[in-house]
Amino acid sequence: MSNANELTIAAARDKLRAGDLSAVDLTMACLTAMDAGDTLGAFVHKTPEIALEQARAADARLQAGGAPDLCGIPLGIKDLFCTKGVPSQAASNILAGFKPEYESTVTAKLFDAGAVMLGKLNMDEFAMGSSNESSCYGPVVNPWRSDDRELSPGGSSGGSAAAVAGDLCLAATGTDTGGSIRQPAAFCGIVGIKPTYGRVSRWGIIAYASSLDQAGPMTKSVRDAAILLGAMAGHDPKDSTSADLPVPDFEAALTGDIRGKKIGIPREYRVAGMRPEIQKIWDKGAEMLRDAGAEIVEVSLPHTKYALPAYYVIAPAEASSNLARYDGVRYGHRAKLAAGDGITEMYEKTRAEGFGAEVQRRVMIGTYVLSAGFYDAYYNRARKVRALIKRDFEQAFAAGVDAILTPATPTPAFGLGEMSSADPVEMYLNDVFTVTLNLAGLPGVSVPVGLDADGLPLGLQLIGRPWEEGELLNHAYVLERAAGFVAKPQKWW
Amino acid sequence: MSIDVETARRVAKLARIQVDEHDLPALAGELSNILGFMEQLNEVDVTGVEPMTSVTPMRLKRRADVVTDGNIQELVLKNAPDAREGFFAVPKVVE
Repeated sequence: MSNANELTIAAARDKLRAGDLSAVDLTMACLTAMDAGDTLGAFVHKTPEIALEQARAADARLQAGGAPDLCGIPLGIKDLFCTKGVPSQAASNILAGFKPEYESTVTAKLFDAGAVMLGKLNMDEFAMGSSNESSCYGPVVNPWRSDDRELSPGGSSGGSAAAVAGDLCLAATGTDTGGSIRQPAAFCGIVGIKPTYGRVSRWGIIAYASSLDQAGPMTKSVRDAAILLGAMAGHDPKDSTSADLPVPDFEAALTGDIRGKKIGIPREYRVAGMRPEIQKIWDKGAEMLRDAGAEIVEVSLPHTKYALPAYYVIAPAEASSNLARYDGVRYGHRAKLAAGDGITEMYEKTRAEGFGAEVQRRVMIGTYVLSAGFYDAYYNRARKVRALIKRDFEQAFAAGVDAILTPATPTPAFGLGEMSSADPVEMYLNDVFTVTLNLAGLPGVSVPVGLDADGLPLGLQLIGRPWEEGELLNHAYVLERAAGFVAKPQKWW
Repeated sequence: MSIDVETARRVAKLARIQVDEHDLPALAGELSNILGFMEQLNEVDVTGVEPMTSVTPMRLKRRADVVTDGNIQELVLKNAPDAREGFFAVPKVVE
């Protein structure tokens, strides 16, 4: 199969098991597509030798029988995941040359399940951004386009979204702190789920904001998301916040039956100035779920408006602490010192050279809100507001709502560079519909539902109860089937 | 809350990030804007609300306080920009 790179995980799994396709051939098809896709800027460190070695091992395992779902499936791995012996630098110059001596729990689990790593994927530096323009490798270009402009794939998991949408790999890992899986998934017309906080181990994933970070799959279908999430999830003694709960069979949860379920439409998400096309697709999504037998009810999440300001206190605060470790001593970049420079100059020059503008901004904001005299006014107040945001959701679920439907993003993909002159706060508004879930620890999935007038994908977000990713994915599956979204970007690269 | 140049200089110092003198006014402006955005939080009535410490209500697991790895000095030092004789090397700290 010359176009095997276009397969879903589920379809490839069946072909591999039936012996209609070998893992080596599938991997070769992806490596070819990956090399042909260099203009997209999605892959930043390619690992073809590792991929082929893993593919050969997968073929042996497949022949022996009883191989796991992911055996022989070629994936892209976000640069935020530490992969042993392979550059892992969170798209930052401060980690230039860093090759971990250990494997993140997620990638270790994927490799144990027989998955194949094609390479590392581009992202916003330290996952701070919504356009993939803050990367030290340069931006990623969205495979979708409506005219001759180059569009952003979203961020921070922009490389993951572009690689999956452009069929450079079958699926990819992403991470989501404020919307970094769901927003790029929506911009690129793919599926992305952020699981419940604690479902997936964070060990070996370069930390941004530890109380919000969560890894998840970015895939071509809801079924693939269920398969890949099942392989990534699970308790890990090395992450004290990972939940000691059994991982259900998420794929088995995809029954397609949501009759009698109650879907909440939060009135506070009808933000002022919402684009008519977003409103339209949102209404259409609700109609699809109603037609499938669900009941649509209006719900209220009164503190929604305060989610972004709370996030932009909490995330930078945690980032300023997490990123304190980049000091030029143990790994990565160290600045060249002038005669007479001491250790303080080493820290200050190293961090000024190594961190990009957005990362510096967030570290300094975090430093400020945690500094003496401001801690209560900003950080503690934000944590109180966060508790209220979580309570909003708890009350909605307690009232019998099974899932909540919202738009995934306030706009379709915007052009690269179009936001560069804007105030940083303008860029932050991209996460307005997604950030609430990170603050509340809830699972959320972005599903492509249609195209706008210019032919760009639009996504909707479904929000689920904690630990109910199976049921959430089933709702997403119904939406996916009803929407019948089959559009693909026209190959121009 | 507006951040002046002096505060921006102090924050940069606390964050251990070198900022050129002529970049400080722009930095102060950016930080002020972001903080202005955060001021919205003052509209919320948070009386009696406890600050969130854990997003999922669970007790952190305990384990025996024992060494679980070790004897990997070489691996620990492998990524260091400057490692000598089994140590991380840095500019002189004590005169």
